[in-house]
Amino acid sequence: MQLALFLIFGALAVAGAVNLLLQRHPINSALSLVVVMMSLAVLYWSLGAEFLAAAQVIVYSGAIMVLFVFVIMLLNAGEEERTTGSRAAYIAGFPGAAAIFCLLSFVFLSERKALGVANLGGYLNHAVSNISEVSSLLFTKLLLPFEVTSVLILVAILGAVVLARKEQ
Amino acid sequence: MPASYLWLIPLLPFAGFLINGTVGRKLPRALVTAVALLFTAIPAALWVWLWFTMKAAGAPEVINVVSGPPFGSWISITGFQIDFALTVDHLTLIMLGVVTGVGFLIHLYSVGYMAHEEGYWRFFAYLNLFMFFMLILVLAESFLLLFVGWEGVGLASYLLIGFYFKKDSAANAGKKAFIVNRIGDFGFLLAMFLLVAQFGSLSFEHVFNAISANPDWHGGILTAIALLLLVGAAGKSAQIPLYIWLPDAMEGPTPVSALIHAATMVTAGIYMVARCHTLFDRSPYALGVVAIIGAATAIFAACIGLVQHDIKRVLAYSTVSQLGYMFLACGVGAYAAGIFHLLTHAFFKALLFLAAGSVIHALSGEQDMRRMGGLRKHIPVTFWTMTMGVIAIAGLPPWAGFFSKDEILFRTFTSDNPIGKLLWFVGLVTAGMTSFYMFRLWFKTFFGESRFEEADSLTQHGAAVHARSTSTLVLEEDHGRSGHSHVVHESPWIMLGPLVILAILSIIGGWVGVPAAMFGHNEIEHFLEPVFANGSTAEVAITATSHGLELVLAAVSVLTAALGFFIAYTFYYKKPGTAAALAQRAPGLYRIVENKFYIDEIYGALIVTPLLMFTRIFLGGLVDSIVVNGSAKAAGATTKGLSALTSRIQSGNIRSYAGWLALGAAAVLVVMIFGRSLWMH
Amino acid sequence: MSASVPIAWYLILSAVLFSVGVASFLIKRNVITIFLSIELMLNAVNLTFVAFSHMWHQVSGQIFVFFVMVVAAAESAVGLAIIIAIFRTRQTLNVDQVNLMKL
Repeated sequence: MQLALFLIFGALAVAGAVNLLLQRHPINSALSLVVVMMSLAVLYWSLGAEFLAAAQVIVYSGAIMVLFVFVIMLLNAGEEERTTGSRAAYIAGFPGAAAIFCLLSFVFLSERKALGVANLGGYLNHAVSNISEVSSLLFTKLLLPFEVTSVLILVAILGAVVLARKEQ
Repeated sequence: MPASYLWLIPLLPFAGFLINGTVGRKLPRALVTAVALLFTAIPAALWVWLWFTMKAAGAPEVINVVSGPPFGSWISITGFQIDFALTVDHLTLIMLGVVTGVGFLIHLYSVGYMAHEEGYWRFFAYLNLFMFFMLILVLAESFLLLFVGWEGVGLASYLLIGFYFKKDSAANAGKKAFIVNRIGDFGFLLAMFLLVAQFGSLSFEHVFNAISANPDWHGGILTAIALLLLVGAAGKSAQIPLYIWLPDAMEGPTPVSALIHAATMVTAGIYMVARCHTLFDRSPYALGVVAIIGAATAIFAACIGLVQHDIKRVLAYSTVSQLGYMFLACGVGAYAAGIFHLLTHAFFKALLFLAAGSVIHALSGEQDMRRMGGLRKHIPVTFWTMTMGVIAIAGLPPWAGFFSKDEILFRTFTSDNPIGKLLWFVGLVTAGMTSFYMFRLWFKTFFGESRFEEADSLTQHGAAVHARSTSTLVLEEDHGRSGHSHVVHESPWIMLGPLVILAILSIIGGWVGVPAAMFGHNEIEHFLEPVFANGSTAEVAITATSHGLELVLAAVSVLTAALGFFIAYTFYYKKPGTAAALAQRAPGLYRIVENKFYIDEIYGALIVTPLLMFTRIFLGGLVDSIVVNGSAKAAGATTKGLSALTSRIQSGNIRSYAGWLALGAAAVLVVMIFGRSLWMH
Repeated sequence: MSASVPIAWYLILSAVLFSVGVASFLIKRNVITIFLSIELMLNAVNLTFVAFSHMWHQVSGQIFVFFVMVVAAAESAVGLAIIIAIFRTRQTLNVDQVNLMKL
């Protein structure tokens, strides 16, 4: 089950990511990203992070991506033109990206014995639900960061309002 | 007197220099004068006190003062230690007396002489600076501290020679003096290096004790050190081949010539040789060289002085010649005689220079003897004092010069030196020439018809105060505006006072050295005995026969001096055209001697010109433009190139930034993954 | 069938997603799409955190993901506001033409 879930939704995530890359219209890219996020939510669930899976769907795809779509529609962004702006992006960037990928996979593959395996439901050793585990940590030891993030969100709202305001 | 008060003697003039040098420009003249005079008079008074302290019964023969805290020692490394140490023995006492006493008199004189100068404060600041360095030189207990004073007086000399800095000739003369001195200093430095290598110390006590402990140590490295010290002395005391700066140094104001280039700085070389007599005595070869150079310089300079027209030039060459006598004395081991002549020479040469300055001042700047004459009646005090000086230098008894010069000639004649008799003869001829050219100066300046023009024609003549006649200085206008009278006038008493004092000293100054042969006690020789007694190889046993010899030699030298007087009398008083007629008969020879044997030109062609060409073509053209400029340009160009390259990263384009970011992130990952082993020790 | 999946595979998946995100960041010219690729990269990292949290049987990885989500939300709000402001002044969404800060 674990394997099937991983294979299907992993492939879906990769396909969505590559589609994001290949599409010319930003709305198509945004929708591909939604697909990626949904698949990732399933993967989170399979890894035992139910709360996160739900949060991913609700917050990430349901709010953030919707915001993106709204902005695309607002700005009436059209298809991309092909302009050549910078050679450094290709000359320095692609080797960099490739290097990052190779390095990361090298590390992960060389340590694969130590990493162990993921078992569906194997996380549930205790009879405590994921959400109460998360919240018990979040509201006791990490209360301050939690509150600070609410301030952060407030600041972000204010900032967004100020920045996007029409000039009077 | 507590010994640490010794430090006041040099430091007070230094304080005077600081005061006058920094704020002197703003101070009123009277205050500048007061500072300068006070800070020179107090050391003179301290010397008197020191004198009585050391003459008292039971007083030490040597006083040593070493600097303690807060200065501590000067250089202190393993194997080598130098302190700021001063020492006073009888030799130092004599030198101190000359420097402070004659120095103070010349300061007094300068108050009057420089009264119309715009750089008054600067002059006294430099003069005080000179006193400081000279006193350090004389009081020093180590070669290194002596060298500090040595260099310092060279610096002060440069500053003072070039005092009229707006004149090219003065600035060049200052440069020449400093550079030629430097050549001598190079020899001195090498000698110091050898001393450190050999003895591990530069302290006089240490070195001389080490030498004295080994009575059989002769020659070898001691000769090398002595010869190198001689190079230094030749530079400072204007001997062959480094005398060329002294005649040019007459560009400076006359009090400077009197103090520095007659009485004190140029005698530093002789003082140094006398101080290091222990070293020189161990090297008969070096002593021989000293004697020969001294005698050769004496006669050579006397030849040139015979035909000079500028009154100060004659005196300059005379100084070189008399310094040669002092070297000759040291060279035959008669150090006490050399110091005795140094003492009397300080008196009469300073007197001659100051009196010449008074003459020049009277004539509002004229220095050429061909335009003087008949001044006897106009400036009587100057005339009489100068006469005392002339008789003293000519060596007629019982004036001062006779006793000292005679002592030198006697000791040369009776010395162990294989060419001692020849050197004596050279000295004798030089004495005759000295008498001749000094009386020539005397006659041409004070006797005969007046060849100078009076009153206004002097300003039209363009003569500037206290400077050579070919200048276009601002000073001459100052002089006219100040309302100074242009009639030939006697100098003010502040200038005449020192002249009178020095004249008296020129008469009686020699009486401290009357030898036993002439029924004297030769006090100065006995006074200096503790200094020169050990290790001296030229002890002459005084016997009855040598008394007779001494009297005979004395008579011969007096006769020679008298002969010189009579020739001068004939040429310049009785038959005034004789000299000119002689000059006509041998025009080539006359011109060569008049042009100082073209030595300056020869040096210029042999040394200066090749050096300049080498510098301009090779060093300037090649090394400077290619190597130095090139490397500077290369550094600049590299930075420019690199920065041009690097600035292309900031293109304003977000995607290129992203590209570089990705690359950087990959690099960080590499470091983190593979570099862990490097810092996870 | 409970075939288990090695954690390493999750991590490699995350690396793949991250690299695709970097590549699309470099290739795309529309500023909104670039922003989207940033979100993609953030998600990839989230997956890594969750995988590790599963491996260590600790919940702090998930807490971290929680905070990342919050920050990503705030950041995208502000970022999109900036994009709107840029669009108003420069009338273009092409990132190559937003280059006034060149040297």
